[in-house]
Amino acid sequence: MHDISVPNVSSGKEPLLRALGITKRYGTFLANDSIDLDLYPAEIHALLGENGAGKSTLVKIMYGLIQPSAGELRWMGQRIVLAGPSEARSLGIGMVFQHFSLFENLTVAENVALGLPPTESFAAISGRLEETARVYGLPLDPKRLVWQLSVGEKQRIEIVRALMQNPKLLILDEPTAVLTPQEADQLFVVLNRLREEGRILLYISHKLDEVKRLCDTATILRGGKKVATCNPRQETAASLARMMVGAEIGQVKMASVGAPTVPRLVIRQLSLEPDNLHGTHLEDVSLEVRGGEIVGIAGVAGNGQDELFAALSGERQAPSDGAVVIDGEAAGLRGVTERRRMGAAFVPEERLGHGTAPRMKLSENALLTGHAASGMVNRGFVDKPATLAAVDRTTKSFDVRKAKRDPEAVSLSGGNLQKFIVGREILREPGVLVVSQPTWGVDAGAAATIRQALIDLAGRGTAVLVISQDLDELAEIADRIAVMFHGRLSAPLGAADATREMLGLLMGGASIERGAGTQEVGDAVGT
Amino acid sequence: MQLVLEKRAERSATIAIASPLIAIALTLVTMAVLFAILGKNPITALGVYFIDPLTDPYSLGEIAVKATPLVMIAVGLSLCYIANIWNIGAEGQFLIGAVCGSWLAVRTNGTEAGYWVLPGMLCLGALGGALYAMIPAICKVRFGANEILTSLMLVYIAYYIMDYLVRGPWRDPHGLNFPTTAPFDPVATVPILIEGSRLHAGTLAALLVVMLVAVMLGRTIMGFEIRLAGAAPRAARFSGFNSDNLVLFTFAVSGALAGLAGIIEVAGPIGYLQPDISPGYGFTAIIVAFLGRLNPLGILIAGLFLALTFIGGENAEIAIKVPLDLTKVFQGILLFYVLACDSLIVYRIRLIGASSKAVAANV
Amino acid sequence: MFDAIVQIFGLIFSVNFILTVITASTPLLLAASGELVVERAGVLNLGIEGMMIMGAACGFAGAFVSDSTIVGAFTGVVAGAAMSAVFAFLTLGLAVNQVAAGLALTILGTGLSGLIGAGFVGARIVPTPQLHLPVLTDLPVVGRILFGQDAFVYFSFALIIGIWLFLYRTRLGLVLRAVGDNHTSAHALGYPVLKIRMLAVLFGGGCAGLAGAFLPLAYTPFFIPGMTAGRGWIALALVVFASWRPGRLVAGAYLFGAVTFLQLSVQGLGLGIPPQVMSSLPYLATVVVLVLISRTRGAAGSAAPASLGVVFVPDR
Repeated sequence: MHDISVPNVSSGKEPLLRALGITKRYGTFLANDSIDLDLYPAEIHALLGENGAGKSTLVKIMYGLIQPSAGELRWMGQRIVLAGPSEARSLGIGMVFQHFSLFENLTVAENVALGLPPTESFAAISGRLEETARVYGLPLDPKRLVWQLSVGEKQRIEIVRALMQNPKLLILDEPTAVLTPQEADQLFVVLNRLREEGRILLYISHKLDEVKRLCDTATILRGGKKVATCNPRQETAASLARMMVGAEIGQVKMASVGAPTVPRLVIRQLSLEPDNLHGTHLEDVSLEVRGGEIVGIAGVAGNGQDELFAALSGERQAPSDGAVVIDGEAAGLRGVTERRRMGAAFVPEERLGHGTAPRMKLSENALLTGHAASGMVNRGFVDKPATLAAVDRTTKSFDVRKAKRDPEAVSLSGGNLQKFIVGREILREPGVLVVSQPTWGVDAGAAATIRQALIDLAGRGTAVLVISQDLDELAEIADRIAVMFHGRLSAPLGAADATREMLGLLMGGASIERGAGTQEVGDAVGT
Repeated sequence: MQLVLEKRAERSATIAIASPLIAIALTLVTMAVLFAILGKNPITALGVYFIDPLTDPYSLGEIAVKATPLVMIAVGLSLCYIANIWNIGAEGQFLIGAVCGSWLAVRTNGTEAGYWVLPGMLCLGALGGALYAMIPAICKVRFGANEILTSLMLVYIAYYIMDYLVRGPWRDPHGLNFPTTAPFDPVATVPILIEGSRLHAGTLAALLVVMLVAVMLGRTIMGFEIRLAGAAPRAARFSGFNSDNLVLFTFAVSGALAGLAGIIEVAGPIGYLQPDISPGYGFTAIIVAFLGRLNPLGILIAGLFLALTFIGGENAEIAIKVPLDLTKVFQGILLFYVLACDSLIVYRIRLIGASSKAVAANV
Repeated sequence: MFDAIVQIFGLIFSVNFILTVITASTPLLLAASGELVVERAGVLNLGIEGMMIMGAACGFAGAFVSDSTIVGAFTGVVAGAAMSAVFAFLTLGLAVNQVAAGLALTILGTGLSGLIGAGFVGARIVPTPQLHLPVLTDLPVVGRILFGQDAFVYFSFALIIGIWLFLYRTRLGLVLRAVGDNHTSAHALGYPVLKIRMLAVLFGGGCAGLAGAFLPLAYTPFFIPGMTAGRGWIALALVVFASWRPGRLVAGAYLFGAVTFLQLSVQGLGLGIPPQVMSSLPYLATVVVLVLISRTRGAAGSAAPASLGVVFVPDR
């Protein structure tokens, strides 16, 4: 387990896994277009590309989850056709997914057992799991129920489960998306160790500085094609970005505006019980967002962001009316529609199913938030032309690409749908905008459009609150940043103080004394 | 060989229209086979079932009479089902509505009461149905109890309530000990539209209900709320709609319509209250709702079609000695085909051959 | 009044009571056990009532034609499984909404069973024999209760114990529970979600068919159309009541059996309660139970398998 020897491969320069001309077609859409990739042992190989470039598809093919439309895979020189993940695992290919394949209501041991072949007894698996976890510095208690664990701990289950099968190739899909910077450092220690043991690590990411720190080689995908293979340490972040995106992405322009004005959104000591078993308890959250500024809330998913969003939007009632104040008016007990009438607008994290009804047309999705106060409803009757007009306006202002005038929401790509959703709210010229994960899973072009729109909106005097897991994004657009951890919100830091390190500490649970520059570092590593 | 479903990019409009027709065609074929198994000539049997009832005016009137409660109940149920709220207790709401309305008829029976009696009965019927439907609704909203089971259990209870009343306190003293109430007075009866037939004003009421609900669903914000709740519940909440209130509303409306259908049926074609006022209208209405694709106009057509099969079934029992249960079988098979064909609106079906080993062996 | 109370007490604490409760509870336990497995796999099968009544009709037909209750039981199982195969095709093969499909099956089953059973109304068979062991069955009190039951009863206990062992002590049982918890994760790990669910549904259908067959083969020795009288629906409620756990299922089934017995025997006491009130007791009790059990769970959230009723279409 500690030192794998890959015969006649580690010394020579034979690739362990070769992907030759891998192509995957979905209808007319080419997710992967004739991709060649070689993976050599004892290296950490990055797979770079923006959202939608085809990285996930390619690795799912390598793991046997999806079948390629054309092309082949060669493992140790032999052509292989993977019938499924279990066959991949038996060959020595392991994968840690971005979205965990875990069973919340089962124990850690049961989850691990389900990811392993049925040849071992349950007791043996339990024991081996504890040992492996300990050896690699990723401690786990086999008997705990998974829903009780933090996101970082859940990822450990995925990693340990993969390691227990002694993989020669370990694929990791955006592993640090759910980790604090300190947890990410810990992970890198583990990954380096695995590399020293002779394994290959295929590391999917879109975070360039991470890749430069960690990886020996990088393959860059763009639009389903392989664009380049290079040594990331010899490239700059800018050159990598250019290869990923294919063009220069303009920097977002900060709006030139005077000092922010009055607080338009005030959250005052908001505490809230979770409404389901797996939720987070909000405790004493307080924040002021002034007109003309963008305040960011950073934090790893699962620390109360969903609950906070629901309390702000009105999907859940706050305990008191004064806990949420919009433009001077108490709104904590008001419903969503009423808050919209007060001039607030909201963009939730989930595009399909929450922000829009996937199988309904865009015009109906415009009505979804527009019926409150946008002249679309007349004495109970819906004004269809008005809803269509809203779609047209949004399409034009935000460059939403779609197949026809009024398609179903689900037919739009992620980036275009997100532009529609954000645009729909911004065009109502709200006084307060709360947006969660504005550019998650969105291509770089759309992301830039959205971020610029947010900045421009703030420039016109709106109070904008952005909840995001992406520190780079917040660094780009936020004036002040606060951090959410375990349902508590830190005091906001100004742009200068909000260094990666500081934010990382806060995301991991360090506590900060409000106001003064002193800090106490509590148990800094988030568990 | 393996059956694999692929989600379509957009719902197929052509299949949406063709699907009920294909389903009906498949059902007819299956029924023909069933008839053959039972030893009857399939063509003759199908003719007796589907063609004969259309041939004489009295039969056509009977179809309308049978379709009236079906359509009225189904339209109400469609509101629930669109929003993924499963009111299965329409049969019970039908019965309770009949009971509540009949109370007034029984109370004023033999007295010289005025024309207010019938409207009063109709209101009581609708109210009774609505309140009875609120029981499973409140159980769901307040206590989280599954509405399918609660509404269904209440059907059995409703039946026993009616059974008790009709055999006990409300039994017609001059009725030779049959378990029925006295026949309703003329002021307590739904007027007949055409002399010599049983076609009554309730049919017009059903048509009115169809039109009103069609407008509501397609054009109003309430209709949007119902459709959104079924399509994307989380988005509905985000849109500002209260899901609890929607449960109460849809149950109340469907209960009211079922109850109204119940009292109309009793005060119209039947003329008095007795244990057998419903050959399962509340359950057949569920099929009508699905067959009509949860759309008021579709329900109207589907209701007429299923009413046709009821009449056909009665004819067949006499003409070719086919048991009445066959009608139920027909309805179940029809619903089966409708559901199966409807799946094609959203999914494409592909058969994957065993030749591609990697592909077939995965799942 | 006091007299009546004494009478009721006398009834409850009698061997007769326990024996009748056992027979009343057995079909519920059989059907609910099967449905427990189905729902643990994530499928909501509302067609149980239709499968049960088909099991009753076909089971009786099989027994009558072959003069053997074992053949009858087997026919019942096959009938239930066949109906559930149709359900599986609709919901797993064509991704049809499970509620609608279940209702379709119930209506179809009720109609078909009427057709099949029509020829057998009034016919009689020799009911399933009860066990008779030389010394044991003649023991006072416990004798007939423990050693004098028919095969269905013993099987129902063996079944629920077997299910418990399967779910919690075998690998496949773990996989099934996983599929019910999160079918997306199970699929990502390479497990054949649809196949597992199909097997579970067939098993549940067979159990429902057996439960239905019990009625005309052991409970009463003849067939009446509609003789299941909603037991299938009560079985569904029982699974909810049991929080999807086998141990509590037995308790629930027997609780309902007791209510059924109460209904039958109180009528004989001449207390002046209208018979319809007693007849509606089991259904009323179901509603009350559903409300109470959902209420006590309250904010703690549902204990239901997380994927229950959710349509699954694997992406390739």
